[in-house]
Amino acid sequence: MKNYRERLKRFFAGLSKEDGKEGGKENGKEPVIKLDLLGKKKRDRRSFIKGISASAGIGASILGVGASTLMSQEEKERLGLSWEEFFKTNYRYMSGREKRKTVKRLEKLAKLKRKETVTISDKGAIPGVLYGYAFNISKCQGYMDCIDACLKENNLDRKSNMQYIKVFEVENGSLNVENGDPHFFHEVPKDEHFYMGTQCMHCENPPCVPVCPTEATWKEDDGIVVVDYDWCIGCRYCEAACPYEARRFNWAAPLVPAQELNTNQHYLGNRNKTKGVMEKCTFCIQKTREGENPACVEACPTGARVFGNLLDPNSEIRKIIETKKVFRLKEELGTEPKFWYYMD
Amino acid sequence: MREKYQILLSFIKDLFNYSLRGGKVYHIWMGSLTFLMIMGAILYTKQLESGLAVTGMNDHVSWGLYISNFTFLVGVAAAAVMLVIPAYIFSDLDLSKVVLIGEGVAVGALLMCLAFVTVDIGGPARFWHLIPGIGRLNFPQSLLAWDIIVLNGYLALNLLIPFYILINKYSGKEPHKKIYVPFVFLSIFWAIALHMVTAFLYSGLSARPFWNNALLGPRFLASAFAGGPAFILVILGFTKKFSDFKIDEKILNKIAVIIAIAAQINLVMLLSEVFKEFYNATHHSNSAIYLFFGIGGKTALVPWIWTSIGLNILATLTLTIHKLRNIDFFRYAACILLFVAIWIEKGMGLVIPGFIPSPLGTIVEYHPTFIEIGITIGIWAFGFFVISLLVRFGFAIEQNIIVYKKNE
Repeated sequence: MKNYRERLKRFFAGLSKEDGKEGGKENGKEPVIKLDLLGKKKRDRRSFIKGISASAGIGASILGVGASTLMSQEEKERLGLSWEEFFKTNYRYMSGREKRKTVKRLEKLAKLKRKETVTISDKGAIPGVLYGYAFNISKCQGYMDCIDACLKENNLDRKSNMQYIKVFEVENGSLNVENGDPHFFHEVPKDEHFYMGTQCMHCENPPCVPVCPTEATWKEDDGIVVVDYDWCIGCRYCEAACPYEARRFNWAAPLVPAQELNTNQHYLGNRNKTKGVMEKCTFCIQKTREGENPACVEACPTGARVFGNLLDPNSEIRKIIETKKVFRLKEELGTEPKFWYYMD
Repeated sequence: MREKYQILLSFIKDLFNYSLRGGKVYHIWMGSLTFLMIMGAILYTKQLESGLAVTGMNDHVSWGLYISNFTFLVGVAAAAVMLVIPAYIFSDLDLSKVVLIGEGVAVGALLMCLAFVTVDIGGPARFWHLIPGIGRLNFPQSLLAWDIIVLNGYLALNLLIPFYILINKYSGKEPHKKIYVPFVFLSIFWAIALHMVTAFLYSGLSARPFWNNALLGPRFLASAFAGGPAFILVILGFTKKFSDFKIDEKILNKIAVIIAIAAQINLVMLLSEVFKEFYNATHHSNSAIYLFFGIGGKTALVPWIWTSIGLNILATLTLTIHKLRNIDFFRYAACILLFVAIWIEKGMGLVIPGFIPSPLGTIVEYHPTFIEIGITIGIWAFGFFVISLLVRFGFAIEQNIIVYKKNE
């Protein structure tokens, strides 16, 4: 087991950008809500400092524009692209050509704004595929490597250590996740306890989708519930409507250190998000639409996580649903989650 | 046509000039409101810069003070027009005067609603995504889309009706009842629709059992028809005391009776909810348990709800007893207490506990930040500013203090 006290001390001391990498790697096993609450105070101060340096930067760039024509050319291009991006339509209603154009613009802007070289995919759903997920509660030991892998794969905010996945520690005697503790902070596994991971259940009847006033969130043909980060106005109605706490809001501008950036991105997945928009688990759309497993499945050291195509009768997920005793969370709500729990 | 244009121009000019004139009290009042508005605006730029992280909201309690106030003010806006109904039932009262005041308050409350929604959303620059045609309004699926429509429609109605009445009186003509009364009736139905839609916004969410409750809509109506007219009654009393405008004592009495009845109905509904939550408490009662008693030592909302209930009962009793209601001091004090009680009930008593505990059982408490409170105060100041202007101007025209002079 790793040294938690040491880590906690470092956390209180405040992570600098340099050691942010390590913090990001390790945060997976830390109590995340605690981090949120503690992080907030620090964040205020930090964003204040960031604000000062940002305004200094703007001042410098204005001077720079006057001094160098090369810079003004770049600046012009950046502004032009941002302008076009601002007035683009909802991704769901874009033609294939429009999708390719916005992807090109976003790639260019990533370079101009943040000096990042990224590739953004606009790959659609594969016909004949409906994704499903199964979680083995007899195997999960609460190591939380999934949370860590998810953070990295999906370029999640390192300041708040955003997590799409929560792992609840539940005492034997109840199968109700509501009796579990998502903030545990000790050596795992604990005796007389078992672990239940939750994330977006990619419901067949997602309650979060119809409530959106701008149609900025929807269910794709392969069952993945996605958000158009550039169309979301940030009203958070979907977050209130979700019975599984699957949605995450960018309360501040997200921060991902450049050296940790996953440059293999998807428009509906792990690309750069801005402050004031909603995001959520997409079953790692950038990986799964290329035939890979989501990062959480790959990272799990115990094999508790299974992902696959529900329409393929020979898939492992189908075997599990057909042969094991499975259950889903809050079935009484009629949401039809495509996320099953089972025991060996 | 040319004359109409001139009347309109001089109407706007007079509105502007009259708003700048006034006694010392008026200037101090408007000056303080302006100060608070500027403070709110400055704090809002701070929020725009750093994001909503400067508020006390988080992924567990994702709506806070802003949406609480929005919900409450929808009630105030809706209830303002309810004054019109008794004006018809007790037809001895001067209708147009009541309509004017009610609608002045409604406009102020609606503008506050829109301001609260604007400061609450993460990307206010993207508001155009809501406009059908250039954006995508998810109608009729999203109740929020419904709310946007009823809110703006109601605002339009409440601007048009007083405008029609006032501009006619201003130019020395009698407004035609045939023209504006149908719109007044429409606005009564619209007011109820507005409030029901806002209640459905919450009660439609099966993820939140505390809201997912068929009584929510009717309870919204009852509390709004108590709190809203209470607010108007205080404004009327204030106007009566501090200006030369004459207000019939009969009007004040009738409004007080309406408030008392609505407050009584609201209490009955509260009792019904409390019974359902506590007689045989299920897992779904956790929010109510947290609200009334706290869970696991977490009790942030407990003082709020008991204060609200205490004030509610006290005010309702005062307004119910004839002898007390007819004494000015008790009447206005009860109205203010009731207003505060219902404000708490809609915010700390309804919106916030809906999020606590979270759907997966986590308890994260909500504490608004200084910036959040400052912005909220700024928006309230803005609302009072608008209401002061509108009500004052309406009265001035009503009492022929300002009239259109030809060839001025």
